Amino acid sequence: MAYTKRFDGRKGFDELRPISAKAGIIPRAHGSAMFQIGKTIAYAAVYGPRELHPKFMQNPKTGILRCNYNMMPFSGSGERVRPGPSRRSKEISMVTENALRPVLDLKEFPNAVIDVFIELPQTDAGSRCAGICAASIALADAGVPMKDLVCAVAVGKVDDKIVVDLNYDEEAYEKGPVADVPMAYIPSADKISLLQMDGEISKKDLIKALETGKKRLMDIYEVQRNALKEKYKPIELDNNNQG
Amino acid sequence: MNDEQIKHLYNSLGKGIRYDGRKLTDFRKVVTETDISKSAEGSARVKIGETEVIAGVKLIVDKPYPDTPEEGTLMVGAELLPLSSPEFESGPPGNQSIELARVVDRGVRESKMIDVKKLCIEKGEKVWMVAIDICTINDAGNLLDASALAAVLALQNTTFPEYDGTEIDYKKHTKKKLPIMKVPVTTTVFKLGDYFVVDPSTDEEKEADARLTVAFTKDGEICAMQKGGDTPLSIAEIEKMIDLSMEKCKELRKFVD
Repeated sequence: MAYTKRFDGRKGFDELRPISAKAGIIPRAHGSAMFQIGKTIAYAAVYGPRELHPKFMQNPKTGILRCNYNMMPFSGSGERVRPGPSRRSKEISMVTENALRPVLDLKEFPNAVIDVFIELPQTDAGSRCAGICAASIALADAGVPMKDLVCAVAVGKVDDKIVVDLNYDEEAYEKGPVADVPMAYIPSADKISLLQMDGEISKKDLIKALETGKKRLMDIYEVQRNALKEKYKPIELDNNNQG
Repeated sequence: MNDEQIKHLYNSLGKGIRYDGRKLTDFRKVVTETDISKSAEGSARVKIGETEVIAGVKLIVDKPYPDTPEEGTLMVGAELLPLSSPEFESGPPGNQSIELARVVDRGVRESKMIDVKKLCIEKGEKVWMVAIDICTINDAGNLLDASALAAVLALQNTTFPEYDGTEIDYKKHTKKKLPIMKVPVTTTVFKLGDYFVVDPSTDEEKEADARLTVAFTKDGEICAMQKGGDTPLSIAEIEKMIDLSMEKCKELRKFVD
């Protein structure tokens, strides 16, 4: 038994689904972005640095990052998702914070908080990674001091194949073992800031999957950078009106 | 807003013009889009100026209420997402989001938009439940009208998933649409001092003394209302506000027909 052809028709097992990204989609936020990969869409909005409540959480030495991951009630592939935090969404919010924090320098903002809200109107696996990609563009859009962008994708193994960017059908593959490994990567530091895994995979294959993922993540990185460049295009000067 | 800003606001209202150059009874540009979430059975996005709201419909098979064993059920939820405004906080729904959901609910329910009798699968046992969820993306004022329009468009966009009598296959959708009878359109008129304004900006909304939300059916019947704000209104004022609301509903109807 082998997984020979990807369910959604992608040619390569390391091929990403179509990606698009846009910065500045929410005017009220200080920074915002949309990131879409296949049928998974994430919106992120950044508010802050702003005063942190409750006060006891304030840190006089540095600002803190607070992330909130939330699926809209109609965004699941099955039944309606009950609104409000769940154990799953709380954990994802936490690992998202951990994935993003290494690129931020919040020492200039003592006692303050930077809030990142991630909302998903539509999902088809890979939502936490899409959320991290969107959040990272939104943080840059908000002008938060950053060392780099963070890019994220799920890698893994479906049956006998090392796979990048699993969709829902691949995650739910039943004819053989599946490993789902969401990873976030900081290109300039060559470090991994999010790593989770469930399923079944050998150490050798895991390392191979991460290495393959790294290459595709550079493609995502490019899309993220372009989204920001697109918003902050230099003003084209009209030659006739110069001076 | 500080006192000077408020003075300026009323001065310009007196001249019949608003901050952004609109007349008192002008809407901002309305842009609608449907089927924006493939995971929902129906969905829509509504933008009014910079205000943006999305609504999604999920269909669920549920037990009917004991007093209406042959009728499907309707549920409207609204989340004022903290993503959409610095003033919204995470946590359980507050008064503002509950009111928003209930006003939208009433417009849909009381206009008899959905023929709930046709949502019955098995009397007393199984009926379709229509769950509409409204999520705000950007609050630049007038979430009420944007939400009501998004909810109606999402319902019109809804198709049933496949159902074999025991399980719903959300991955497969049929072409069958919701049984829709009448389509309500809702607009809100705000009272600022002696002036009546529609489609307010965030600042105007905050400064308003009272508001009246009115839902109309196509033949001009009023099917739901909600007065907001703590300033009382005279009957003459109410009449004026209803007239203005009706005029605006006629304008917005082109988006649902």
